[in-house]
Amino acid sequence: MIGWLRASRLRTAVAAVAALALLLGGAWLLVGRDTGPAVAEQVERVPVGPEPDGTPVELDVAVYTADGGAARKPAVLLAHGFGGQRQDLVAQAQRLAQEGYVVLAWTARGFGQSGGRIHLNAPAFEVADVERLIDLLAARDDVQLDGQGDPRVGIAGGSYGGAIALLAAGYDQRIDAIAPRITWNDLAQSLFPQYAADGEPTTPAAFQPIDEPGVFKRLWAGVFFGSGSASSTDPTVCGRFAVDVCDAYSASAATGVPTPQILRLLEDSSPASVLDRIDAPTLILQGQADSLFPLAEGDANARGIAAGGTPVKLVWFAGGHDGGDQEDERLDAMTLAWFDRYLRDDGTPEDTRFEATGQPASLFGARTGADPQVLAAPEAPGIAGTPSPSRRDVALDGDEQTVVAPAGGNPAQVSSLPGLGAVVSTLLRGSQRALPDIPGQSAVFETAPFDDTFTLVGSATADIRIRTQAPDVTLFARLLDVGPGGAEAVLPNRLVTTVRLEDGGDQTVRVMLPAVVREIQPGHALRLVITTTDQAFAMPADPRTYQVSLAGSAALSLPVVDVTPLPADTTGLLVGAGIVVALLLAIAAIAIVVRRRSRHVAEDVDPELVDVPLVVRGLGKEYAGGFRAVSDVGFRVEKGQVLGLLGPNGAGKTTVLRMLLGLISPTEGELLVFGHRVTPGAPVLSRLGAFVEGPGLLPHLSGRANLELFWRATGRPMEEAYLDTVLEVAGLGADVERKVRTYSQGMRARIAIAQAMLGLPELLVLDEPTNGLDPPQIREVREVLRTYADTGRTVVVSSHLLAEVERTCTHVVVMHRGELVAAGPLDQVVAADAADAAPADLETVFLGLIGATS
Amino acid sequence: MSSTSTSRGVHDLLRSAPPPPSAAPDGSAAGWSAQRTLPLRVELVRQWKRRRTQLVLAGLALFPVVLAALFARNRDAATGGTRFVDLATGGAVNFALFVVFASSTLLIIVVVALFCGDTVASEAQWSSLKYLLASPVGRSRLLRQKLVVSYGLALTGLVILPVSALIAGGLFFGFGPARTPLGSVIPAGEALFRLAIVIGYLAVSMLFVAALAFFLGVHTDAPLGAVGGAVMLVIVSTILDQVEDLGPVREILPTHYIGAWVDAFNDPVVWSDMARGAILSTAYAAVLLALAWRKFLRKDVLS
Repeated sequence: MIGWLRASRLRTAVAAVAALALLLGGAWLLVGRDTGPAVAEQVERVPVGPEPDGTPVELDVAVYTADGGAARKPAVLLAHGFGGQRQDLVAQAQRLAQEGYVVLAWTARGFGQSGGRIHLNAPAFEVADVERLIDLLAARDDVQLDGQGDPRVGIAGGSYGGAIALLAAGYDQRIDAIAPRITWNDLAQSLFPQYAADGEPTTPAAFQPIDEPGVFKRLWAGVFFGSGSASSTDPTVCGRFAVDVCDAYSASAATGVPTPQILRLLEDSSPASVLDRIDAPTLILQGQADSLFPLAEGDANARGIAAGGTPVKLVWFAGGHDGGDQEDERLDAMTLAWFDRYLRDDGTPEDTRFEATGQPASLFGARTGADPQVLAAPEAPGIAGTPSPSRRDVALDGDEQTVVAPAGGNPAQVSSLPGLGAVVSTLLRGSQRALPDIPGQSAVFETAPFDDTFTLVGSATADIRIRTQAPDVTLFARLLDVGPGGAEAVLPNRLVTTVRLEDGGDQTVRVMLPAVVREIQPGHALRLVITTTDQAFAMPADPRTYQVSLAGSAALSLPVVDVTPLPADTTGLLVGAGIVVALLLAIAAIAIVVRRRSRHVAEDVDPELVDVPLVVRGLGKEYAGGFRAVSDVGFRVEKGQVLGLLGPNGAGKTTVLRMLLGLISPTEGELLVFGHRVTPGAPVLSRLGAFVEGPGLLPHLSGRANLELFWRATGRPMEEAYLDTVLEVAGLGADVERKVRTYSQGMRARIAIAQAMLGLPELLVLDEPTNGLDPPQIREVREVLRTYADTGRTVVVSSHLLAEVERTCTHVVVMHRGELVAAGPLDQVVAADAADAAPADLETVFLGLIGATS
Repeated sequence: MSSTSTSRGVHDLLRSAPPPPSAAPDGSAAGWSAQRTLPLRVELVRQWKRRRTQLVLAGLALFPVVLAALFARNRDAATGGTRFVDLATGGAVNFALFVVFASSTLLIIVVVALFCGDTVASEAQWSSLKYLLASPVGRSRLLRQKLVVSYGLALTGLVILPVSALIAGGLFFGFGPARTPLGSVIPAGEALFRLAIVIGYLAVSMLFVAALAFFLGVHTDAPLGAVGGAVMLVIVSTILDQVEDLGPVREILPTHYIGAWVDAFNDPVVWSDMARGAILSTAYAAVLLALAWRKFLRKDVLS
């Protein structure tokens, strides 16, 4: 029963905690970010231009609008990434709609539920489709217009969707702002990267590659095309690709060399060709962890658009196609701010700062959800007329080295792992350690260790000389951050660049190294590694050797970009701290009120009764479960009395004593000890000593230590304890030094009685004190209590043993079923009932009182 | 008490005791003051003398030593990795961080829950609670003194663990600077300061665990129920935190930022998540402690 009660109390507590959590969660949802007007989704099929073979095409389109706001609102087009569909964009669309935009998300031709085939954002197909969608927005009666048939509209999208934003802005002048994310500038450079550069780089990452196609990025190309051709409904080689795209790709993929057809096709699909026509303010969000469309692509777009005087903001965030922290929340907020500024003209100042997320230098690598450290410069260097970054030359050391390219490009060095994205970033979290070089394949050049700390922002370059008997050159370049003593080499973001020269022989090239944001610590060196293989790229089939050496100034040229950390946004923190402070103040206020009230109650004193040890009036107790233990009990105990509280088991004796100690609160009536009303912790209780319902001793301490610590817990001086007297009462002799857990039941009871008598309290309350004692000890207790009362102190003893009470007490109170049935001096109680029964003893009287026939 | 002379001695002693001195106006015995009841020192002695307390603290001091010895024995076999686990043998601070990281998900939580959940419940189990309350110690004061001492013991454990790990790590692996997986180095002095931040943050984030255990502890007479219940709820919260579908709700789970102390080893220190974690932990602790007080002040103490 008790066990069940306890368990159920614990269950209640656990449930209370769960309810609290739910409540807080609910409150969060109510006041949190998900509030806002309801958003209506309107799905439609929009007919657009047919395929080249005449097949009609319909696009899968959804328009999101929220109630309220202006009658006509600016519009936003949302485009999805390669292999995706408009359903991926629902959450972002709803949020933008709640911010007061008409949002149109569509599935591009060749994907999802839309018809047609993939033309890689070709002007005649995908770009024309966007123009048709803008017509659709212009015809709506809830879209703000800049002129007849010209809606106020922006486009946002990532990767494939970012490229369509740029291309559409180039072809359709009605577009007013764009926010392309992780997309390409030149698709040919992205799929056949060439990092042999002409001249000095003009921005931290962008450069002018030499006019020869680079090395085929075969793993990424496979992932990219695979996601467009894999289709269960069209199990052909080309899947949903348009035939011309498919043929051109297949031919190039087979040889690793781009055909003129695919170069022409890729150029049509590249924003590079239309940048000078874009006058829509552009927010370029490019990822540092992106071996598919690296930072150089975003820089090239930014430079091209800004050249025409169009506002451009360039952001290098932490993630990208290779995974990492995508910073979605921050980038979405930036996109919204960009549209608010240029579509809604909200009057905020123009923000074209260059922002780059710093690499976490934590001992634990990046932790998901942690705020990134953002570095910023007032303007992107080399963009929009700002000067190109200055450069710092650092001497490289290393002789000419001969490197071998194995036949078939196997075994090959491993750097990036395209297409695995999040998986890799999870597995390799915090670890960008360079995998060991394959012997004989690498030429290594290293700087001296740096004395200072600096942040490398952008691409380093180096001039190298290459000599070979082979007909052409394919080489890979990496820049490692090498710890003190060469112990650990880190390849930032596992990025690698490529050089392909169409002629062999003896030549010097300027190699661009991967663009990174990386803090270089004192004692660290930079290491340039030129290798012959990389498994992510196509490589020549024939075995060959190259002689690689430093050329020109034999130096590593580092861009110098002056960035400073942006302060973190602390509004949320301040609000949170405010809520906590308010909470604490509220709790403190309640605590003060409660304390005031309890003090008031504690001062409740009856001056008439200050010399009366105990007065009980109309006392009643009903427990929480509804069980009534005591009803209307009243009696009075005077000084020097030994009062016996008598009654059968369950009569309510213990409940009365618990109330006397302030352990439980009466439901009716009151108890006054020396005139003071008993409440939990009432000061008057310090004049009362108690032994109720068994001993309560610390089992790990000796009997003496228990008594001493108990007394010290009262805070009263040790000399008032009368410890020697009390130990004499316990009579344990040397056993008092033993741990309580070794005691017998009787020994525990004697220590507990001694504990109750500590300080010789004016009112001593003992509940069944003789339980577990042997007859001599029982007699001893009886005598001690009599002596105790003789000193002017008062004793209340409860018992169910009649003989016990009869021999000990001067007065008795008899209880039965929670009610008082008799009270008074022992002889009067016995005599009162003994009128008709000759042998007057307590037993007879008692049995008579409780209605049991003898 | 068995010999007559002793018995007579008791009676003589009782009779020779002076009459009770006159009481104070509030009805209390002479020398008694509510502000002096259950002093922290007394409560500390009561808890400190428990074998449980001594074993837990000794265990926390020994655990890093044993771990370091094992690592040192197997060091030759281990290949270098870049995760901080692989860096554990890199020096005193690296090892201390490893120990804190390995302990923070469960061990520290159990220790805090043990001290704070058991403190009131075990008194109830021993039946000593009612005697303390009747002596009398005010209920609010009893909770306050017990919370201060139990949380103080938990904090002692929280400090002993990394300090022992620092010493053991230093003895086995040298007192060098801390190394990060990115190859950078944090000088020893700076690293110690960062470690102090970690301990400070853990102390604040464990307020929630302490308050939860304490809250459960005033509801039950079963100390293990309170400790186990608190640990269980913390684990449930940790599991819910893994469910991405919960979205923003996860951000107010009390354990959401429990691992934010790793930000102390970012360069520079990232404070935002630790600040959020501190706010959240304090808020939960405030509510739970207020509920614990509310319950205990009204409770019928039956055991």
